[in-house]
Amino acid sequence: MNTATVLSARAATSKFWLIAAVGALISAIGFGSALYMEHHGHAVTGMTNQIVWGLPHVFAIFLIVAASGVLNVASIGSVFGKTAYKKRAPLSGLLTLAMLSGGLFVLMLDLGRADRVMIAATKYNFTSVFAWNVFLYSGMFGIVAVYLWVLMEKRLYPFAKPVGVAAFVWRLVLTTGTGSIFGFLISRNAYQSALLAPMFIIMSFAWGLAVFLITQAVMFRWNGKTLDPAILKRMKNLFGTFIAAVLYFLIVYHLTNLYFAKQVAFEKFILIDSGFAAIFWIGQVLIGALLPMAILYHPRLGQRMCAVTAAAVLVIVGAFCELYVFIIGGEAFPLDIFPGAEITSSFFDGQVATYSPSLPEFLLGLGGLGVAFMITLIGVRLISKFLPEDDAVQPDAATD
Amino acid sequence: MLRILSTLATIALALPLLQAAHAGEVPKPSAAIESPGTQCVAPPAEIRRNHMEMLKHQRDLTLREGIRGTKVSLNGCIACHASKKTGSVIGNNDNFCQGCHAYAAVKLDCWDCHQPKAGYQATGATP
Amino acid sequence: MTENARRGFLAAGATFAGAIAVAPGLHLIAPALARGAGEPASNANRWGLLIDTNKCSASCDACVKACATENGITEQVADPRQRSQWIRKIDIKEKNGRQHSLPMMCQHCSDPPCVDVCPTGASMKRADGIVLVDRHVCIGCRYCMMACPYKARSFVHEPLTEQNPQVPRGIGCVEACTLCVHRVDKGQLPACVEACTEGAMLFGNLADPNSEISRRIAHEATTQVRADLKLNTGVRYQGI
Repeated sequence: MNTATVLSARAATSKFWLIAAVGALISAIGFGSALYMEHHGHAVTGMTNQIVWGLPHVFAIFLIVAASGVLNVASIGSVFGKTAYKKRAPLSGLLTLAMLSGGLFVLMLDLGRADRVMIAATKYNFTSVFAWNVFLYSGMFGIVAVYLWVLMEKRLYPFAKPVGVAAFVWRLVLTTGTGSIFGFLISRNAYQSALLAPMFIIMSFAWGLAVFLITQAVMFRWNGKTLDPAILKRMKNLFGTFIAAVLYFLIVYHLTNLYFAKQVAFEKFILIDSGFAAIFWIGQVLIGALLPMAILYHPRLGQRMCAVTAAAVLVIVGAFCELYVFIIGGEAFPLDIFPGAEITSSFFDGQVATYSPSLPEFLLGLGGLGVAFMITLIGVRLISKFLPEDDAVQPDAATD
Repeated sequence: MLRILSTLATIALALPLLQAAHAGEVPKPSAAIESPGTQCVAPPAEIRRNHMEMLKHQRDLTLREGIRGTKVSLNGCIACHASKKTGSVIGNNDNFCQGCHAYAAVKLDCWDCHQPKAGYQATGATP
Repeated sequence: MTENARRGFLAAGATFAGAIAVAPGLHLIAPALARGAGEPASNANRWGLLIDTNKCSASCDACVKACATENGITEQVADPRQRSQWIRKIDIKEKNGRQHSLPMMCQHCSDPPCVDVCPTGASMKRADGIVLVDRHVCIGCRYCMMACPYKARSFVHEPLTEQNPQVPRGIGCVEACTLCVHRVDKGQLPACVEACTEGAMLFGNLADPNSEISRRIAHEATTQVRADLKLNTGVRYQGI
């Protein structure tokens, strides 16, 4: 070993610790923000009795939806038998655990009584979609942990397929549960649609793959490896398909709404009249779908790793815009308590609710990203098997 | 020589610390019951051991089933045990609930919602 | 004797006892009898309200003030959007120009969405139809606030100290109108009903066909707000 490699290894180590420290700091700030909110009450947040779920829920739902979606990479390997994806299964499982932890970190710490999290874990009301989700989330941790074990232990490898199928089914149910949190709400125009369950699943496909592509790009860069262009091509084509599918569901969702006379006012609000319209068209549609698709299907840009990574970043920006419009926009539109009449009250009935997020709630959300990042970072550092090791030639590359 | 000196110095330094640690031991709670009723709802030993279970049982009966007027009642506790000085069962370690809970290092959750003052009248200012 | 017949007999007996116990002219209704010590709420009662909006003036908020006093809703959170409102006056302007005003609060649904969605079972309906939040197990997730079609629930955004001893409420939990359950259990009327000098609010037992509220609902045109949702509300309105 020559001096140069020793030096570069040392530099890499100190760089690792620096990045780890930044991640830990972000997580700690998130936790501190939650303590601050806990002590003073939610008065220090921008959330109100009108906008009851705010920025923390945007972060948490992004993390949870993307967590289930990122497991798709493993599923394509184990369930559908694609070798290139099999090599990526461990990293995909790790990202699932990391993001699920980050999402639940935010969701639990935003509770009005975060100190009673044990009650949430021990008392269930089985008509509540939330209560189902508590089961689905904890089950997901268990299944993915077993899945990772099976993937990494050579003797257990024969079990990879059945465990992989179980994890795949579980993650579909889990995202159905997340979508149904909103789908089962009868009171608000933005929700109350069975379409939300499949829509959340397809959103998870796109967002999960975006997170995976970024992580993979960073890991390859860090280790000085280049990704096989054939694999890059397959992954980016799959990614493009997912983005198109999200766009399709979005169009169907809004078209059905526009067809129902009682929903027209809400659609006009989200698509034209309010501040949410700009976030929808620019953030969600342009940045989150059209631009990344243009990059991915561009004959030259689509071949380049950095361009594909940029497209993935855009999709994540779009995802945050989408959830902001969906959650905050959906709550901001006034409840239709007396259909057809104009109403006013001291409780802001009949008015569009306003929301200005405060720093603590933003930092709590960011803390969730920090937790997900830390778990990924530590996992990848401790266990080298998370780095996808591709063979020189892809055996099934020719077949698809 | 130097070693002996340093050992002695260490002991000399450590002694006051030990003493301080001893003195810093939490004294037993000394909440006086200033307006005692004739009889508590159960013997003190049982109350000390089981008051949380008694209250928990009663809270579920009252809130969820609407059973009222039974012997165990949080407002009943306050009526007898609130301090004459502050009128409350919490606020400082001389007061009944807080004194013992501080000693036992058990977090009190009741008073985030329940009124800790005896005979308290809500002021009724309109929001 | 069948269970129903027995219940009917008991209810009739209670009504009779109430009728003789209350002096004539005193504005107290028979079904709102105090229960005995140790006796649970019973599904022989379903407490409800009938609100006549024709008698409700837009300028009057006596019910809102009485509710705040009775339930100790005194806090002044800096942001008005974060303040609790158990009952509020809504001014309605219909398309044809007709204007009216009414008090809006928890509608005490028979099939309450808030109870369906609550993950811990904190949102609950008592045997006598009163919908309550069990703050002992409320974790403050606010899912019920997302689910309620009436915007009846509030979240406590700040630590509280001025609670009425009979009405515990506090930081980090969701709350709403309790139909003054602590008064109803003593045989008193809800504070809003008592405060309404116009007689626009009638409290009574919807489960008893002979109660005044049931008789009026049987013979006069009444409405449930968002009747399309089929939640079977305990609060009914006239004149909307």
